[in-house]
Amino acid sequence: MEKQVILNSRHFELTIKRLCYELIEQHNDFSNTVLIGLQPRGVNVVTRIKSQLEQILGKEVLCGTLDITFYRDDFRRTEKPLIPSVTNIDFVIENKKVVLVDDVLYTGRTIRSGLDALLAFGRPQKVELLTLVDRRFRRDLPIQADYIGKTVDTLVSERVSVEWKEIEGEDKVVLYTPESNEQ
Amino acid sequence: MNNNLSVEHLTGIKDLTRQDIELIFKTADNFKDVINRPIKKVPSLRDITIANLFFENSTRTRLSFELAEKRLSADVVNFSAASSSVKKGETLIDTVNNILSMKVDMVVMRHPNPGAAKFLSERIGAKVVNAGDGTHEHPTQALLDAFSIREALGEVEGKKVVIVGDILHSRVALSNIYCLQKLGAEVMVCGPTTLIPKYIHELGVKVEHNLRKALEWCDVANMLRIQLERQDIKYFPSLREYSMQYGLTKEILDSLPKEIKVMHPGPINRGVEITSDVADSKQSIILQQVENGVAVRMAVIYLLAAKIERH
Repeated sequence: MEKQVILNSRHFELTIKRLCYELIEQHNDFSNTVLIGLQPRGVNVVTRIKSQLEQILGKEVLCGTLDITFYRDDFRRTEKPLIPSVTNIDFVIENKKVVLVDDVLYTGRTIRSGLDALLAFGRPQKVELLTLVDRRFRRDLPIQADYIGKTVDTLVSERVSVEWKEIEGEDKVVLYTPESNEQ
Repeated sequence: MNNNLSVEHLTGIKDLTRQDIELIFKTADNFKDVINRPIKKVPSLRDITIANLFFENSTRTRLSFELAEKRLSADVVNFSAASSSVKKGETLIDTVNNILSMKVDMVVMRHPNPGAAKFLSERIGAKVVNAGDGTHEHPTQALLDAFSIREALGEVEGKKVVIVGDILHSRVALSNIYCLQKLGAEVMVCGPTTLIPKYIHELGVKVEHNLRKALEWCDVANMLRIQLERQDIKYFPSLREYSMQYGLTKEILDSLPKEIKVMHPGPINRGVEITSDVADSKQSIILQQVENGVAVRMAVIYLLAAKIERH
């Protein structure tokens, strides 16, 4: 695997900051907006954005986590485990503006499931999507993000990994390309 | 953590590993969350059909299974022996095969004969979930009981559980013994000598005939019903005498050195094995057991359905 850092820790921080200001442009003081991170890795993005937003706004921003396991379209179609993570939405989303948050937008299937899962909690006024990395031209479904950290053009054989200071030791986004003989 | 059950059917707790039970609990945690949402339904089993075959009466278990199936979006057909061709002389295999030819993927069955679920699982293509087979096992009840203990006390490991009552005729008792032991709990059975199987100590359980001593020992008391319908002979002089010796009253409960949890698999015979004020006390987790029943059954069905081949 060939490894290429497409977002280093400095740019990572800048990107998060920019996304926060873009969110503030649309949602002002977040009085009617909530952020919901998709399990498992979207939660990391939400945690970071929440703390950054709260620093800028000086007030609490409502955040939740959503697990989409039971809403996936590949139950019984994959060897991969379909074991759920925790959903934690302890506020009402009815008539709220919801920003769904994930780390990498790829086929769009996770987001499709996420929209389904979200509706089980009520009818939001509006749903938007924020993604840290957008692997464009790779969508299986007609889904696009409203806020994008970094857009990348990738091949199916490639893999994009978002790494976190808290988990992997450093904030960065890495693109893994298989060497030609591995393809 | 392992993410697949080691079994293809749920015929008894005896066949499960501790990992299986923990996987079911972890999945049930999530389903418990789902059934407390405004929309209590997930679409996972949209393309699965489940038949509930009840050759023996049931209210709670049947409702609980049906709700669990519906909340997973499965299609459900119900069948009860009272209104079926079983009365006309059809065999179990014929009845089930007829139902399966209508493209059913999973069978939930309660049957008066011990081993009926295992017998079926060896002969048909569909997944089988045992909802009680005679006096043998009632695995989902044991799972929800242990799940409720875990919820009430934080964990099952190291806890002391006494099962009181008609152990001889109880499938709940046997499944509970297997399940609690696999999770590392200590189990005691308590009841009149005639209602305790002679060699039950071979399963590694303590035997006690004095209710007070049993209650002083335990963290949780699981009170069982006297199964009069299965008792072909008299096992004790009268129900009143049984109730005086083995009925759990508020006086006994309040006089214990520590606060224990009281469970009951239902249906309750108020005034026999448990008095009304105990059943309705804050130490009773009977209604939590019923709520957890749906979540645990959703987990079992979900995990078994994951193993159904796509046609």
